[in-house]
Amino acid sequence: MVDSKGNSELSTTISVKINDQELKVLEGITILEAAHEAGVKIPTLCHLDLHDFQMYNKTASCRVCMVELMDEKNNRNKLVPSCVTQVQDGMVVRTDTLRAISARRGAVELLLSNHPNECFTCPKNLECELQALAEELNVRKIRWEGERMDYPKDISSDAIVKDANKCIYCRRCETACNEIQTCGILSGIGRGFNSFVGPFANIPMVQSSCTYCGQCVQVCPTAALTEVYHTDKVWEALNDPDKHVVVQTAPAIRVALGELFGMEPGTIVTGKMVTALKRMGFDGVFDTDFGADLTVMEEASEFIYRLNNNKTLPILTNCCPAWVKFIEHQFPELIHVPSTCKSPHIMFGTIAKTYYAKNKGVDPDNIVVVSVMPCIAKIAEAKRPELTKDAHNNVDIVITTREFGAMIKEAGIEFDKLPDSEFDSPLGETTGASVIFGTDGGVIEAVMRTAHEWLTGKPLEKVEFEELRGLDGVRRATVKIGDREFNIGIASGLGNARMILEDIRDGKADYHAIEIMACPGGCVAGGGQPYHHGNNEIIKKRIDAIYEEDSRKRVRKSHENKEILELYKNYLGEPFGQLARELLHTHFEERERI
Amino acid sequence: MIKSLDDLMQIKKQYSNLLALREHRSASGPRMNILVCGGTGCVSSDSDRVIKNLELILKARGFADDVKVIQTGCFGFCEQGPIVKIEPDNVFYVRVSPKDAKDIVDEHVAKGNKIERLLFEDPHKKERIYKQEDMDFYKKQVRVALRNCGVIDPENIYEALAAGAYEALGKVLTTMSRDEVIDIVKKSGLRGRGGGGFPTGLKWEITKKQEDEEKFIICNADEGDPGAFMDRSILEGNPHNVLEAMAIGGYAIGANKGIVYIRVEYPLAVSRLNTAIKQARDFGLLGKNIFGTDFSFDVTIKYGAGAFVCGEETSLINSCEGKRGEPNYKPPYPAEEGYWGHPTCVNNVETFANIPVIITKGPEWFASMGTEKSKGTKVFALAGKINNVGLVEVPMGITLREIIFDIGGGIPGGKGFKAVQTGGPSGGVLTQKELDTPIDYDSLLSVGSMMGSGGMIVMDEDDNMVNIAKFYLEFTMDEACGRCAAGRIGTKRMFEILEKITQGRATMADLDGLKQLAYLVKDSSLCGLCQTAPNPVISTMKHFWGEYLEFIKDIDHPQGEGKYIPKNKIGIKA
Repeated sequence: MVDSKGNSELSTTISVKINDQELKVLEGITILEAAHEAGVKIPTLCHLDLHDFQMYNKTASCRVCMVELMDEKNNRNKLVPSCVTQVQDGMVVRTDTLRAISARRGAVELLLSNHPNECFTCPKNLECELQALAEELNVRKIRWEGERMDYPKDISSDAIVKDANKCIYCRRCETACNEIQTCGILSGIGRGFNSFVGPFANIPMVQSSCTYCGQCVQVCPTAALTEVYHTDKVWEALNDPDKHVVVQTAPAIRVALGELFGMEPGTIVTGKMVTALKRMGFDGVFDTDFGADLTVMEEASEFIYRLNNNKTLPILTNCCPAWVKFIEHQFPELIHVPSTCKSPHIMFGTIAKTYYAKNKGVDPDNIVVVSVMPCIAKIAEAKRPELTKDAHNNVDIVITTREFGAMIKEAGIEFDKLPDSEFDSPLGETTGASVIFGTDGGVIEAVMRTAHEWLTGKPLEKVEFEELRGLDGVRRATVKIGDREFNIGIASGLGNARMILEDIRDGKADYHAIEIMACPGGCVAGGGQPYHHGNNEIIKKRIDAIYEEDSRKRVRKSHENKEILELYKNYLGEPFGQLARELLHTHFEERERI
Repeated sequence: MIKSLDDLMQIKKQYSNLLALREHRSASGPRMNILVCGGTGCVSSDSDRVIKNLELILKARGFADDVKVIQTGCFGFCEQGPIVKIEPDNVFYVRVSPKDAKDIVDEHVAKGNKIERLLFEDPHKKERIYKQEDMDFYKKQVRVALRNCGVIDPENIYEALAAGAYEALGKVLTTMSRDEVIDIVKKSGLRGRGGGGFPTGLKWEITKKQEDEEKFIICNADEGDPGAFMDRSILEGNPHNVLEAMAIGGYAIGANKGIVYIRVEYPLAVSRLNTAIKQARDFGLLGKNIFGTDFSFDVTIKYGAGAFVCGEETSLINSCEGKRGEPNYKPPYPAEEGYWGHPTCVNNVETFANIPVIITKGPEWFASMGTEKSKGTKVFALAGKINNVGLVEVPMGITLREIIFDIGGGIPGGKGFKAVQTGGPSGGVLTQKELDTPIDYDSLLSVGSMMGSGGMIVMDEDDNMVNIAKFYLEFTMDEACGRCAAGRIGTKRMFEILEKITQGRATMADLDGLKQLAYLVKDSSLCGLCQTAPNPVISTMKHFWGEYLEFIKDIDHPQGEGKYIPKNKIGIKA
C-alpha cells in the first residue's frame, strides 16, 4: 500500500466507517482511497494520481469529491474534500447525505455555469471529464447561470491550442508542467473568477519556452489544452491525385490505438492499423520503426566514434523533440552533448523523399510524408526549419494517435473487424529493437544491442537488457560489453532529465550514454496518445505490450534489418559516413528561457 | 551594543527623562513636549506640516531648545485628527491644521493659554474637554496592544527603550526556558487576534514540538479588511514592540528567523518597521547572541501586493516563497510544514503586540481582563455611521452598546442604529437585539458573526442591508484567489444574483438560489476567505429578510421597484 505521499511500509491499521460500512484501513490513506476499498465511488475531477510515474495533482480545487464527516454528537458535521483528507481512527464518513450530494453536484453546476456550451463541436466531446461528471452526478439543470469567461484562443504555437474559456482551473497541467517536467511554463493567471492557467503574463504559447511535450494536454480534463489538428490536411493530400502520400506510424501507436475503439489497453493492433491506413488510401504505408532502426545504426556508430576518438561523452539520445527543445531552452550550454541524429520519423521522411522517391520515380516535391505520432512535440518538430531538404520539409504533416483514430472513424472503417496487413516494402521491415523505442529505456537498449555486437564482434546471446527496464523515472545501470563497463542512464520525464543534466553540467556524472524521454513512461504515455484519464494501469499495459511485440519479432537487432543494410549498401554508404551525416543528422540551437 | 540585561536597564535609565514629561509630567531638560500624531490618518490630514510649522515657529520664537515636537503613533481618535497633545499640561487638541501652529506656540507655549477652538467638544454635553482621559471616547479604553502608541516617537529607539522595550526579551532570554515562555503565554489565555482566535500559546507549543533544524516565525501584517487599520497603527506607533515579541516567539518555538509579511500599501508602517529593524540590529537586539546568550534572531520583511487572501496563513507562506498567493489545504498546518516546508508559526501583529507586556506584567495580570474564554483586550477599528470614527482598544467582554454608544458616541445626525458588521467581510451583521452581547470570540460566533481582525462598521437606518451584503460580496469576489471552484465561481454568482436583486430584476427563485449558493460556498470552499464570504448574505437574510423582499415586491413585473442605493452610501471611512 502506498499513501498519498508515496510512502510505503505503513502498518498501522485504523477503523473508519464509510456509509455504514466498517473498514479497517491503513493509516495515512485518504478518504477517497478508503472509499475505493469499500466499493464506494467518489467522483473526482482535479485529482490525479499516476503513482507509478510520481505524478500527483492534489490541489483539492474542484470541490467535486466533497464528503460529509459526521460529528453529530457535537453538532459539527462538515464537508471535506476526500482526495486530500486523510482517514483517522474512528472517522465516520458519509458520501450519500443530501448535503454532500448537493455540494458535489453544486460544484459541477458552478463549473458548467462558466464553461462554453459547445460539447457537440468540442475536440473533447465524449472524452471530457467534466462532461462525464455532469452525467454521473445527474446534473439536469444549472441553478446559477451568469457571466462566462471570454478569452481569445491561443493558437500561436504549431503544436498546442490553449482555450482558457474551457479551463476549470484544476491545475493538473500546471503540476505536470512545473513539478513533473520542471519547465515552469504554465501557472495560474488572473484572480478570482478570471483565473485560468497559461504562460507567464499570458504571453502566447509560441513565445514561451514550452517544449510541447503535451503532458498538459494529456492530463487536461477538458479541452482547455489540445493539440493543433491536421486531419483535414491529410484528407486533402489523400484526395489530391498529384500527390504521392506515404504514412509512417510510430512504435507506440500500435499498443494504444485500439483503446479508441473500445479495445483493452495494451492490445497490439499493428496489422489492423496497417489495413486501415491502406484503406484510407495512402500510397505507401510504412513504419517509423524502420526509421528507428536507422537511428540505432547512426547513433550506435556515433557512440562508438565518440568513444574511440575521445569525443564528448555521455552521448544523449535525442529521438524526443520535446527533450531537444528542453535542452535548447534550459541547458543551452550543453547542446553539444546530445547525439546529432535526427529523430526516427524525420529520418524516415528524409529517406522517403530521397532514396524512396528515386526508386519509385516520384518527384520528391509531390511526396507528402504523414507521421502518425503519439506525440505533440513532433507536430512542432516537423516544422523546424533545419529539418528540410531542397525546400521541402522532411515530414509534411504530423497527426496524433487520437487524430488518427478520429480519421478511421470518419472514414467509416470498422476497426475491430479489420484483417491484418503487412507494412509496405522496402522500408517496411522492422526489428524488435525499433519497437521498444516506444517505451522509455527502449532506445538505449536498442542502441546497446547493436553497439555490443559491433564492439565485441560477437553475437549477443541474450538481447534483453533487463537492467535498463523499469518504471522508475531515473534509472542507472552498468552494461558490460566485452571487458568494458558502460554506465547507462535513463530518464523519463523532464524533471528527471533536469537532474541528470545538472549532474553532467556540474561534472558529477560518469555516464557513457543516456536516454531521455520527455514523457514519464516514454512515448506510450505521450501527449498525443489516447487519453489515459489518470489511469496508471493503462500506461503500464501499453509498456508491457511493447515488450511483448519486441519478443515476438524474429529479428531483434537493428543492424540485422536486411532492408536497412540494403539502404546503406545501395544509397547511404557507411553508417555515420558522409551522406548519412548529411541526410540523417541535424544540429541544435541555443534558445532563450522564458 | 546591548550585551546584557544590565546594559539595557542602564540605557533605559539614561534616557528615562525623554519620557518623563509624558509619563510623570515632570522632568529636567525640555519644559514641554508637543506630541503630534504621525499615524497614516493624521498624516493624510497634514500632520506633517503641523510639525514643520510648529518647529519653525518654535525656533523663531526661541523655544527650540525648551520645547520638543515629537511625532508619535496613532492616538486612535481619527475622526478628530490631526491630534496634538501638549505635555506636561495634558492638553489634547483636535483637528489641528498647519495654520494653528502659530496659536499653539504663541498662546499655549508662550503664555500657557489653552486654545479653546482646538479643544474637543463633547457632542452630547456640548462642552469643551481638554484632558484625553475625560473624553468618553477614551474612558472605557484600555491600551495594551496599543500601549505607547501616541506616547513615544516610533522612530526613536531611545524613547522605546525608555518605555521599557526589549525588557521582556531580556528577561526571557536570560532567565526563562522555552517551555516557561510558552507556559506563560498559555496561562495568559491570549488568542490569535487575526480573527481565528486560536490559542497563541498552543500554537507556539505545537511549533516548538516539531523536530526540524530550521523553523520560522512570521508576523502577519497583511491587514486587509475594509476599514480596518489596527495592525497598521501598531506598526506605525510602536514597531519595536512587535519585533521584540517576534524574538520572544522565535526563542520559544526554536526559530532564528522571523519574517514580517506586510502589504506594500502601508508605506509608513514599512518605513518605520525598517527603521526599527535597523536600530534593533545596531543595538544588538536583533542578530547574533542577543543579550549575550546563544540565541540569535533576525527579522526580514516580505512585501505583499495587497491580496486579501494573503492574510490567510498558507497563502501568506506561498506568497513569501514567491509563489502565487493562494491557500493550501490544511493539514498539514504551517506549524508542521510551513515556509519552505519548515515548521512555521504565523501570528498576527496585534497578537504579537500583547506578548512583551504579558511577560513583564505576568499572565495573571493579562488574564484578569476579559471573559472566561477570551482574555485581554481587543483593538477595533470603528467606522461607518458612527460619531467617533477611530481606533479603540477595549477589554474583552465589553458590550457592543458600550463600544458604539459610549466610546463611539452613537450615530451621527440623530439617526437610528440599524446594525453593526464585525469580522469584516467574513463576519455578519448584528442588530439591536445583540447590542448587549459581550464581545468575545465565542459569543460573537454564537450570534452569527465573528471577532475577525477587528473591523467594526456601523450602519444606520438609511443603510440598505442588501446593498451592504452586496458590498461585502463584491469585495470577497474581487479578492478570491480563484483556486477552488466554490470560491471562484460561487462568489461571482452570488454577486450576480445580489446585483439582480438590487436592480429589481430578481424573482423569489433567485432569492432561493442565493440562499442555496450561500450555503454551498460556505460548505465547499477551500479556505477561510470564501468559507466565510457568504456570512454577510446569510446574516442579512436572517435579520433583514424583509429588505430582500422589498426588491422583489412585485414578482409579476420584472422591472419592479428596485431601490438601488449606490455603494458609496454605505459610508465607510478609514
